[in-house]
Amino acid sequence: MRRSCLFIPSSNPGMLQSADIYPFDAVIFDLEDAVTMSEKESARELLKNFLSIANLKQKEIMIRINSLDNDLAMLDLDDIVSDEIDTIMLPKARVSDIVYLDKVLRQIEEKKQMTKKINIVPIIELASSLLEVEKIAAEKRVNGILLGAEDLTSDMEVSRTEEGKEIFYPRARIAMACKAFKIDAIDTPYTNVNNLEGLEKDSLVAKELGFNAKACIHPNQIDVINRIFSPTEKEILRAQKIVAAYEQEKKGAFSLDGKMIDKPIIERSLKIIAKAKKNRFVIGGK
Amino acid sequence: MRNSLGRFVSEDFRPFVASNAYTNKERIRIPEKKTTNVNKVISSLREVFDRLNISDGMTLSFHHHLRDGDRVLNLVAAEIKRRNLKNMVLAPSSIFPCHSSLVELIENKNVVKIYTNYVNGAVADAISQGKLEKPLVMMTHGGRPQAIESGYLKIDVAFIACPNADSEGNGNGFAGPNACGSLGYSISDMLYADKKVVVTDHLVSKVSKREIKSEYIDYVLQVDSIGDAQKIVSGTTKITKDPIGLMIAKEAARFLDSAGYIQNGFSMQTGAGGTSLAVAHFVKEIMMKNNIKASFASGGITGYFTSMLAEGLVDRLFDVQSFDLEAVKSIGKNKNHIAISASEYANPYDDNIVNKLDFVILGATEVDLDFNVNVTTSSLGNIIGGSGGHADTAHGAKLTMIVTPLIKSRIPIVKEKVTTITTPGSDVDVIVTERGIAINPLRKDLIEKMKSSNMDIVSIEELLQRAHRITGIPAKIQFSKDIVGVVMYRDGTIIDTIYRK
Repeated sequence: MRRSCLFIPSSNPGMLQSADIYPFDAVIFDLEDAVTMSEKESARELLKNFLSIANLKQKEIMIRINSLDNDLAMLDLDDIVSDEIDTIMLPKARVSDIVYLDKVLRQIEEKKQMTKKINIVPIIELASSLLEVEKIAAEKRVNGILLGAEDLTSDMEVSRTEEGKEIFYPRARIAMACKAFKIDAIDTPYTNVNNLEGLEKDSLVAKELGFNAKACIHPNQIDVINRIFSPTEKEILRAQKIVAAYEQEKKGAFSLDGKMIDKPIIERSLKIIAKAKKNRFVIGGK
Repeated sequence: MRNSLGRFVSEDFRPFVASNAYTNKERIRIPEKKTTNVNKVISSLREVFDRLNISDGMTLSFHHHLRDGDRVLNLVAAEIKRRNLKNMVLAPSSIFPCHSSLVELIENKNVVKIYTNYVNGAVADAISQGKLEKPLVMMTHGGRPQAIESGYLKIDVAFIACPNADSEGNGNGFAGPNACGSLGYSISDMLYADKKVVVTDHLVSKVSKREIKSEYIDYVLQVDSIGDAQKIVSGTTKITKDPIGLMIAKEAARFLDSAGYIQNGFSMQTGAGGTSLAVAHFVKEIMMKNNIKASFASGGITGYFTSMLAEGLVDRLFDVQSFDLEAVKSIGKNKNHIAISASEYANPYDDNIVNKLDFVILGATEVDLDFNVNVTTSSLGNIIGGSGGHADTAHGAKLTMIVTPLIKSRIPIVKEKVTTITTPGSDVDVIVTERGIAINPLRKDLIEKMKSSNMDIVSIEELLQRAHRITGIPAKIQFSKDIVGVVMYRDGTIIDTIYRK
């Protein structure tokens, strides 16, 4: 389960070179918006060469390709899809795009005799995409969905605000769809890179709506995101206590510290412990 | 001849032996020079030159508290040029880009020799190109007062820029339009130079908090402006926003905490550098979380440390140089923000502050497999700085930590051999980079202590390999055999020689 996903422009050699040192869960090498039209080809070439030598210590590698409505997307896929990457991030995704992308990926995987099956993370940045987000979430290769708030609010012809009232509905609907299909809900980046307090507040809002991860555009944002989307020490200790009591009681429902504990609470506690273990936040030697 | 680190030393100098070799020697002090002068105020620099008979071959000294905003050295340089004095020797405690007017004097042999602790900008470039007739002598902040008090560096006239002075010659850096805080680097000049001139743009009736004392001052020169104190703030005194720098700083603070250096009553110093200052920020977070208070911080003081003093996180600040205007404001008001002289700060023979430090955080332009550090020249051999207090604090502190990116502009910072040795590896304990941490094998205790940590601790050889895996092995730079300078260790011995490219 992802927490932080860092965008890195594929046209920037210095940033590519430093990619291995940051504590993100996934890196998104961008071939789309962060790369100017005149640099598209050189960025793709640079990224391809970088991926052939990069050692990203088993972190997830995502590639944001150009959208399928232009020829660049196919050039991106032909050049970049290989066993060295994990996921394709698809901009302005509709269900039909994902069905098409699945077909293309299958062909490339066969042609290149790949051992990996590439995942897809669609970006919801059109009102029409939001209205079919449940179908998008149901697609097989899709294991997470990213909200692209800048483009979505542009499509909606509304302003982006610090408070984020305008993206309450898209956030809630995307989170709901992702939870229903047990895939990652990845929140839109917080664009004021100098305001870490603002980032923390924004991340908390997303977390409370059901998001488990957030994209970011600067390495300094990673720590805050990892912290917010990880269970707190208090949550872990409580979860450990509940699971320990459950193992002792062997009952579907029981009382702990004067409160009723039943199946949903036990399941949630198990999830918290699993997440804590994955992120090495284990307390009390477990 | 070669010194103990294998570096060439010309016959005119004593070779470096070891960083603690000074402990076998006696402190030598020439008598202090007091004045009998009474009417001291003069309004023209020309008159100062006439009265003191400043002439060919004399040695003139300056301090660098106004950093890149200093005007006093330039005023004196202009008078040297106007009189076409020859073979002059200058001994400013540092030289900044604002002192570019010296280049013409160097080219015309008005100035033939320079003693300093730090030099960058056009003067450094001119010296790197071999334009200075005699080798530049690069001292340390502690070595300079030692050289002055022992009579090795004999100063004929000291020009002391003084932001706040009275007609008797008492002064400080706490007030006036160009208040710059501590005047610590000028104290040895004040005590031991043959003649001393206070240069001020803020003459008041009486100065009570005296850093500069009238009994030593021969003349008080009143000028329109001694410089621009706004320019004492440089980019290197702000906490970095660079993500790699912040990551290194965070790891550095975690290392200090794991190794047990952040405990009640500890003392620290961070060098002037965005990453070093960021370490202070993360150390502060650990202090607040664990309710820990430091006994003192020292060295170049920034607003970050004055805030910690005001918040009660540190008991005292020992300030040899105020690095920004927040520090300047604090030093005049807070009795626990104490101005100290360079000798009290780092003179190996004094009861100095650096020997009381628990840890110091420093930067590097190069580090080698023996942990020797270069902050004097770039990897291309150009002079870009100098020790300042680097070698002094590295020797004095119980733990010396270097924080640096492993690669800067595609050049590995860890080398087999550094271009120039500023600080000997025997005084350097740990190197923290974004791609791993190396502990000096001499620090067996530290290696043992950190064994159980989950930090990425590797050998320095592995750090070099990690750098080379990314950059490849850089071609070696060829230097000429022409000597442009020497790096004088704090005890007066020569630790390395600087060559023309």
